[in-house]
Amino acid sequence: MQVTLTVNGREVAIDAPPNTLLVQAIREHLRLTGTHVGCDTAQCGACTVHLNGRAIKSCNVLLAQVAGGNVTTIEGVAQADGTMHPMQAAFKECHGLQCGFCTPGMVMSAIDLCTHHPKSGEREIRELLDGNLCRCTGYQNIVKAVKQGGEAMAAQPASV
Amino acid sequence: MGASDFSKLPHIGEAVRRKEDARFLTGAGNYTDDVLLPHQAHAVFLRSPHAHAAIRSIDTAAAAKMPGVVHIFTGADIDGKMGGLPCGWLINNPDGTPMKEPPHPILAIGKVRYVGDQVAMVVAETVQQAKDAVEAIVVDYDVLPALVTVADAAKKQSGVTLHDAAPDNQCYKWTLGDKAAVDAAFAGAAHVTKLDLVNNRLVPNAIEPRVAVAGYNRAGDEYTLYVANQNPHVERLLMTAFVLGLPEHKVRVIAPDVGGGFGSKIYLYAEDVALTWASKQLNRNIKWTAERSESFLTDAHGRDHVSHAEMAMDKDGRFLAMRVHTDANLGAYLSTFSTAIPTILYATLLAGQYTTPQIYVEVDAWFTNTAPVDAYRGAGRPEATYLLERLVTRCGWELGLSQDEIRRRNFITQFPYQTPVALQYDVGDYNACMTQAQELADAAGFAARKAESEKKGRLRGIGYSSYIEACGLAPSNIAGALGARAGLFEAGEVRVHPTGSVTVFTGSHSHGQGHETTFAQVVAARLGIPVENVDVVHGDTGRIPFGMGTYGSRSISVGGAAIMRALDKIEAKAKKIAAHLMEASDADIEFAGGEFTVKGTDKKIPFGQVALTAYVPHNYPLDKLEPGLNETAFYDPTNFTYPAGTYICEVEIDQGTGEVKIDRFTAVDDFGTIINPMIVEGQVHGGIVQGIGQALMENCVYDSESGQLLTGSFMDYAMPRAEDFPEFRLGTVCTPCTHNPLGTKGCGEAGAIGSPPAVINAVLDALRPLGVKDFDMPASPARVWEAMQRGATTPTQQPETPPLTASTQGRPAA
Repeated sequence: MQVTLTVNGREVAIDAPPNTLLVQAIREHLRLTGTHVGCDTAQCGACTVHLNGRAIKSCNVLLAQVAGGNVTTIEGVAQADGTMHPMQAAFKECHGLQCGFCTPGMVMSAIDLCTHHPKSGEREIRELLDGNLCRCTGYQNIVKAVKQGGEAMAAQPASV
Repeated sequence: MGASDFSKLPHIGEAVRRKEDARFLTGAGNYTDDVLLPHQAHAVFLRSPHAHAAIRSIDTAAAAKMPGVVHIFTGADIDGKMGGLPCGWLINNPDGTPMKEPPHPILAIGKVRYVGDQVAMVVAETVQQAKDAVEAIVVDYDVLPALVTVADAAKKQSGVTLHDAAPDNQCYKWTLGDKAAVDAAFAGAAHVTKLDLVNNRLVPNAIEPRVAVAGYNRAGDEYTLYVANQNPHVERLLMTAFVLGLPEHKVRVIAPDVGGGFGSKIYLYAEDVALTWASKQLNRNIKWTAERSESFLTDAHGRDHVSHAEMAMDKDGRFLAMRVHTDANLGAYLSTFSTAIPTILYATLLAGQYTTPQIYVEVDAWFTNTAPVDAYRGAGRPEATYLLERLVTRCGWELGLSQDEIRRRNFITQFPYQTPVALQYDVGDYNACMTQAQELADAAGFAARKAESEKKGRLRGIGYSSYIEACGLAPSNIAGALGARAGLFEAGEVRVHPTGSVTVFTGSHSHGQGHETTFAQVVAARLGIPVENVDVVHGDTGRIPFGMGTYGSRSISVGGAAIMRALDKIEAKAKKIAAHLMEASDADIEFAGGEFTVKGTDKKIPFGQVALTAYVPHNYPLDKLEPGLNETAFYDPTNFTYPAGTYICEVEIDQGTGEVKIDRFTAVDDFGTIINPMIVEGQVHGGIVQGIGQALMENCVYDSESGQLLTGSFMDYAMPRAEDFPEFRLGTVCTPCTHNPLGTKGCGEAGAIGSPPAVINAVLDALRPLGVKDFDMPASPARVWEAMQRGATTPTQQPETPPLTASTQGRPAA
């Protein structure tokens, strides 16, 4: 089965079995290994990417379902010259990551969160991060990073 | 260089942003599952669906013919061709006989002993093909009764035997302390406080599941194993020397970026061995990636103790003696360090921060039909702290003393301090930690907040926990005398390049701890060069001289100390080169801020010039000194380090639902010298959340009859999420460690050790007016609500039967 979609601004055609998950297509066919798999029940959020501007768990969507769609992965959020997205920069500045495994999904969720709930306070951010598990940071610095990253995104509306 | 000079150097104590973050934030991290080797096949394991069963037959004929299948291995293929998984720590019974060490085969031979036990390995071209073939294997099992709980094992009434080598399922009995002296102290005590408690079983759940990719190269008869592991040299040593009998130099183990460990990736697992061995049999590169369900079933679990503790006191609440009996669940087989956790890493911490003169501990360790249990963040020390800090709070309440007062009356204030349970604390200031914690927590305002809560119909409680841990594992000779079958030193190599930049090779392994930044700060500070000019390499037996890895909060205090020793050698040699260049005597050379100077003159040359001269030795004392600037050091600590602190938790409980809300949580820790406070705080945050997770929500439950894992996914096992916590208040006290060159003590586990008793003491403080005197973790809403209704405890693992007294057989007192 061939599926055509746009990934990180580039149109790609993927030949894969019909039961291929979007996350498998991203990791195994496109070799974009920044998107991770941390569970098998769509609970951890490590595989979060953007589909048509909204965060989704790519382990829970078939490749076939996203034909013609526009997918952004963690590899696609920095600027072409390598300048990090304000949310990536905020995670670094606030020490919002340790082992880094949940981080790509966490950043993709955070960008979505701040795009659609731009003025969230600490409690709201904590509630909206419900779909992403982190075992290292205790979340405190992630929450701080999301707040700071959201403020930076608001100041730079041109970013993703 | 010594600890006091070190702490004054630039970059030490600076919140340098992490060097590793750029790759993790842009998707450029290189985790084991990202490794793609040429012509890579995939392995999937057939696992036991039964907790305990004899294998009558395994029929792989149909599966072997399925599309894409390369080969199927079962126990019959490996029987007699390799050893089983070894246990790294020998514990002896009181009569001097050794513990029982039944075989732990790489694939089940004749019997399965827990749900998830590996029965066969299918290697196929794709994961899907391997999974399909696994489904087609037919195993005829003779299902046997299962022994599940440690309490049942201790009762010795199950009629079940897991291993022929241990007919009554007991691995060992172990004791520590002077029983007669303790009994005498109890006989003369004014008051005795008793407590039964359960330390609930946990699943580590690093977000990256276990992964391995094994490859074989016929040209050199060499193996390469990529594996998500915390100590690649240990993995290699155990696998080559004890299981496969391979020459160590023919095997390279690489643990690249690793997505969290928390102990669960210390061990040599059967899958790693099976893949490595099969890669030569099939001449193929083979990958196996655990699914989360497999992680739940087969990663080594943590905790699972049932204990009885008693404290004898004088009339003023001064501790006279303590005695403890613990039944520890080791699971179905001995994992790598499993035997040391409920003994050496547990009982030796039972003095805590107190001057208790006599302590006697008995530990019975049992095999059960559950996943192996081993170190999980804290490893024995959380179990000791939970027991002691619950007991101490109860002592206070029984005597009418506040939680802080009972602690302060018994704090150790003179150092060094020899405990009655083998350890010698070098330094600490427990009163300072308590005082600062009370200030940060606004403990004085608790009564007013409690009144406010009561107005809203809510219960409020405050809980204290003053923990100590032994970190910086460990003096090899002491560990050896205690049963360790390995050394516990660390290695470090500092390679100064001709242009003055530096690569550090460390035997420590970073899987979230930020060593690439912290260790670079150490080197940059010593050599007076920018942090960006220092790269840290870890996790590769092919590049690093040796390493014992990362666990027990040992990296900076042992691994960092090895780097300090290597830097001493670099500095000594560089001074000789500088002396030659400046035509001065070696003794007159001083080095600071990246410059070599001649005492009493204005002569100076930068570090970079010395580095270049070492590699371009045209003007060089070649008759006295080798060229190059590359030094290796091995550091073996002379004592453990003793991080300590006081944690204060305040909870509010909804009487209608039993929901416990952490309203404020304060942690004050003494980690000695702190190199990067940002990273240290992050470690504490993470540890606290794991500790509160244990106290409020996490609980690994097996069905007590069938031995099926009931909490086998993130849908069933409550993982802490962001919304479950308030912002934590942190503080530090610094009494530098007296015996390592950095003054550091380690910070990785403190949060998970100190927090559970603080939370449960707070819950109990809130529930006391309702008559609840005891409560086992986790304090989930249903269990708290039930306790409120009954005015009594709710046991953790046996909700149907009256609880802990049933498991006190063989204990010091009822």
